Amino acid sequence: MEAIALTEAVYYILLSLDRPLHGYGIMQNAEQLSGGRVRLAAGTLYGALNTLLEKGWIKALEENGRKKEYEITELGREAVRREILRLRELLSNGEMITKGWDA
Amino acid sequence: MRRVIRKAFFIWNFREEEKWINEMSEQGLHLVDAGRFRYVFEEGEPGAYRYRLELLQNYPSHAESADYIAFMEETGAEYVDHVDRWVYFRKKAADGEFDLYSDINSRIDHVGRILTLIRILAVVEGICVVMELLAGFVGHVEAARPIAGFLACFEVLLLMGWKKVKAIHDGLVRERAIRE
Repeated sequence: MEAIALTEAVYYILLSLDRPLHGYGIMQNAEQLSGGRVRLAAGTLYGALNTLLEKGWIKALEENGRKKEYEITELGREAVRREILRLRELLSNGEMITKGWDA
Repeated sequence: MRRVIRKAFFIWNFREEEKWINEMSEQGLHLVDAGRFRYVFEEGEPGAYRYRLELLQNYPSHAESADYIAFMEETGAEYVDHVDRWVYFRKKAADGEFDLYSDINSRIDHVGRILTLIRILAVVEGICVVMELLAGFVGHVEAARPIAGFLACFEVLLLMGWKKVKAIHDGLVRERAIRE
């Protein structure tokens, strides 16, 4: 599997879809999870959702009413797990090096 | 009260157009209807809305665009109107920030779409210029000469516009090399 870095938008979309949510729900959830820092704009979110659907990382659920809901798939979970390993490596290397900077 | 204002923006001045519409809204004139060179505003509370202008991949009547517009509306935006593939969205200022894109890749995609449109227009226009030049100077159709001149001027304008948007595009691409 090629080592890829997820974008921040994709990472938070995948985390948000741990439970079924529609577009606006994802925007609210990502903002809440990140303490107000990550604001997904609708155009960016729409494009990312379509790409994630194509990759099979998320699936669209039966439409209830007009709003389409999405949920993460096993492939999507796998991508998140790999990303967490990558982030852990980034973090530990960063901390190891910068530790000496303020001494 | 409605007010009609006639104003022209070239494609490459899409940022200026969006800025102007938002400035009008700041003054209490909210865009409700957009046409070619014609804008209809409705008087209301100053600064009540934020407007965004976007070039879609397809006409708004196309299924994919309709799906996108429905998605935008789900997130609290309002579809105001369209001119060809350009759509005008607005959102109540009280509902917070209104941006169409929140990362650099989707911004590059959008500017790239505009760049492609200008490129197509420039190629078509270029072909017209050559045809008129041939008619005027090879075919000796006198009337074609001033037309060739006029079309050539417009071609120069298109190329200048292309250059402007290309600079915006390339700036974003350079930026992407170091951040998201």
